[in-house]
Amino acid sequence: MKYAALKYATAFAVGTVMAVGMSATPTKAASDEKPKMGGVLNFVVGSKIPSYDGHVETTFGMVHPIRPFYSLLIRVNPNNPSSPTDFVCDVCEGDVPAGADGGKTFTFKIRKDIKFHDGTPLSAKDVVATFKKIIFPPEGVASSRKAFFKMVESVEATDDYTVEFKLKFASGAFIPAVATPFNFIYSKKDLDEKGYTWHRKNINGTGPFRFVQHQPGSFVEGKKYENYHFKGQPYLDGFKAISAPKMALRLQAIRGDRAAIEFRGFPPKARDDLVKALGDKVTVQESDWNCVLMVTPNQKKKPFDDVRVRKALTLAVDRWGGSKYLSKIAIVKTVGGVVFPQHPLAANKDELVKLAGYGTDIKASRAEARRLLKEAGQEGMSFTLNNRGVDQPYKVVGTWLIDQWKKVGMNVTQQVNPSPVFYDILRKKKNFDVSIDFNCQSVINPIADVTKFLGSAGNNYGQYDDPVLEGIYDKLSRAESVEEQRKYMREYETRALSDQAHLGVTLWWYKINPHRSYVKGWKIAPSHYLNQSLDNIWLDK
Amino acid sequence: MAVTTEAELEELATKASWYDKLKVFMRQQPLGAIGGGIVLLMVLMALFADFLAPYDPELNAFEFMLVAPSWEFILGTDQFGRDLLSRIVYGARTALFVGFTSAFIGSFIGLVLGVGSAYFGGKIDLIFQRVMDIFMAFPLIIMALAVVAIFGTGIQNVIIAITIPFIPRCARVVRSTALSIREIPYIDAARALGYSHIRIILRHMVPNVMAPFLIMITAFVGQAILLEASLSYLGLGVQEPTPAWGLMLQGGAEEYAESAPWVAVWPGVAISLAVFGFNLFGDAIRDVLDPRLRSQ
Repeated sequence: MKYAALKYATAFAVGTVMAVGMSATPTKAASDEKPKMGGVLNFVVGSKIPSYDGHVETTFGMVHPIRPFYSLLIRVNPNNPSSPTDFVCDVCEGDVPAGADGGKTFTFKIRKDIKFHDGTPLSAKDVVATFKKIIFPPEGVASSRKAFFKMVESVEATDDYTVEFKLKFASGAFIPAVATPFNFIYSKKDLDEKGYTWHRKNINGTGPFRFVQHQPGSFVEGKKYENYHFKGQPYLDGFKAISAPKMALRLQAIRGDRAAIEFRGFPPKARDDLVKALGDKVTVQESDWNCVLMVTPNQKKKPFDDVRVRKALTLAVDRWGGSKYLSKIAIVKTVGGVVFPQHPLAANKDELVKLAGYGTDIKASRAEARRLLKEAGQEGMSFTLNNRGVDQPYKVVGTWLIDQWKKVGMNVTQQVNPSPVFYDILRKKKNFDVSIDFNCQSVINPIADVTKFLGSAGNNYGQYDDPVLEGIYDKLSRAESVEEQRKYMREYETRALSDQAHLGVTLWWYKINPHRSYVKGWKIAPSHYLNQSLDNIWLDK
Repeated sequence: MAVTTEAELEELATKASWYDKLKVFMRQQPLGAIGGGIVLLMVLMALFADFLAPYDPELNAFEFMLVAPSWEFILGTDQFGRDLLSRIVYGARTALFVGFTSAFIGSFIGLVLGVGSAYFGGKIDLIFQRVMDIFMAFPLIIMALAVVAIFGTGIQNVIIAITIPFIPRCARVVRSTALSIREIPYIDAARALGYSHIRIILRHMVPNVMAPFLIMITAFVGQAILLEASLSYLGLGVQEPTPAWGLMLQGGAEEYAESAPWVAVWPGVAISLAVFGFNLFGDAIRDVLDPRLRSQ
């Protein structure tokens, strides 16, 4: 058992890389072209910045403009961001450590040549203070990713440049959790002297760019940090993140060359329009996206406490047909279960079609849905769908779902709300019938990502308690081989999506990033949160 | 039957059939007649949408997504494969329902408040008018946006949002007419006979402010249709899949303006025609009902 976790990690990594069909490449060896120095990258951002604190925030509206000011302990390989297992050191040196002590101890050596933008040298104490804030925040201090580190027992600096994480149990979810792009490294001095909320409105990192200014609602500006620890980088002189909430505006900004790129993603039609208008002046990168919209019935409300009604909801939806057509008008495409479709732990098609609502014979599925509704005394039932006031893909998917449900006799009214109201209904009022919800993650980490389906999860709004599902998850989180993990993942998936139909997965998102062809060095990742340090981007002008 | 003078017109009003009246109206107010025709067409579309629409306006038919206008789909289809003609026809129902409901409720409340304010006068009138000033300080769309932000989206809330800004506008206009009526001796006579305030207001004052009131209603319907479309376009009005013209513009205008312009053009045309029709019709009614304009 001593090296079980190590063996598992190795097997897992190798298996994953083979399955994804990509090879991990070293940080600096990605491009044949020699990067050109200089220039300012203008990019557009479609969401606002709630605060600058990465440990608290969850939106790309913060990550895209603020991440370039900070470093992480480790990060996804910027030259191979599609791989779910290819991580490289950022402020640490050498390779990402493999777990010792049966996968329960991880020791990171910290680089000695790093300084914060205010001139303070970075040491292991800064890394420890950062992760203690994230993993063990004092009472009253918010930390959005505390739950990712349930396996961590302690984090300590054994000397000025060594950080040691001790885990309660070996877990394949640890390294991906550390690489989460929100884990900005803060200065211990700032935390001690200015407090735990200082970073919400102030910036002092070790990232490739220094903060210049933020004009709220307009732009964030950064300039090259000359002492950046990856020598020769960044290639850009600076960047400007321009706020543009309307998609049409973002699209026109790229078309008119007021901006070179938008990192979140455009729908297929926008891509086609840009390509048609700009020809080879635009380059398109596409990828499956670690993001999915789900249908959450409120099990505290009748008739959604009845599993037959919940099953009918999922059986009515033609996912395979939806994939074919919705992918032409929305940023969704891939049919999948609870796990990111390209991952080895994800269900293949043979496994998927066994789940309720994934059958290829939609007529049979809908006949079964009608039978279940009749049996439950809910023929012609009416309810309201709570949806978020965001066009892509929320409103498009919501409209499609209503049409799908209408085909089994359900009458559904859509209530579209602005994001704050939408969240208020999910988290506080909890008075919805059925709601759209999402599971968007950064680093692909299925064992952590699927906690969303647990009734006990903080971000699950279905209001149910399922001890059987919790038990399966417990086994899954402690499984040591990929085969064992797959076995428990299928049990978990069948229970959550089919037998109990707690939540209904719709279609996985599909990321389309058309950008000006002179933008080089940036590679699309399966998440709009990843690969946003901008240190490898250069402009071929 | 040729009618040329005011006297003949009044005689006609008492003797002629509705058909004759219509002919006179059409000859004297050709633009108003066109407007009335558009309004009538909208009303018919709304009433008989179930028979006129060739397809279910909410049915997704992805195999026909973004089909250009053709014999099968006269106005084409949108990104969900829904027939645009059917959605325009059913959209008239939404537009008229919101338009008429908001205009009538807002105008009626404004009528009561305006006449009441003028009748009682003094401090009541002073306080009431200052409250109206506050409401009227906000542009129509801003006030409607604020109301939707408070109450949320949905057709009922849209009606509330549009109704509220109409109240002070109607009240102010009606009050100005009612103020002059209050000074006419028959109101004093009614008071002297001991009639109640309610009776004096409803029986003796309200009928005499009906001309400006009716003109306001027609103007309000057009404005309400435009407001509903604006709110829906901003994503704050009625919601998908309900057929509504503003919502159709929002769904299609931005993404498909170049490749499938019909998605944006037809609802835009429908909104423009509806507002145009109500404005022309309202102007014509004003011309007919206003004695000063009538004598010209």
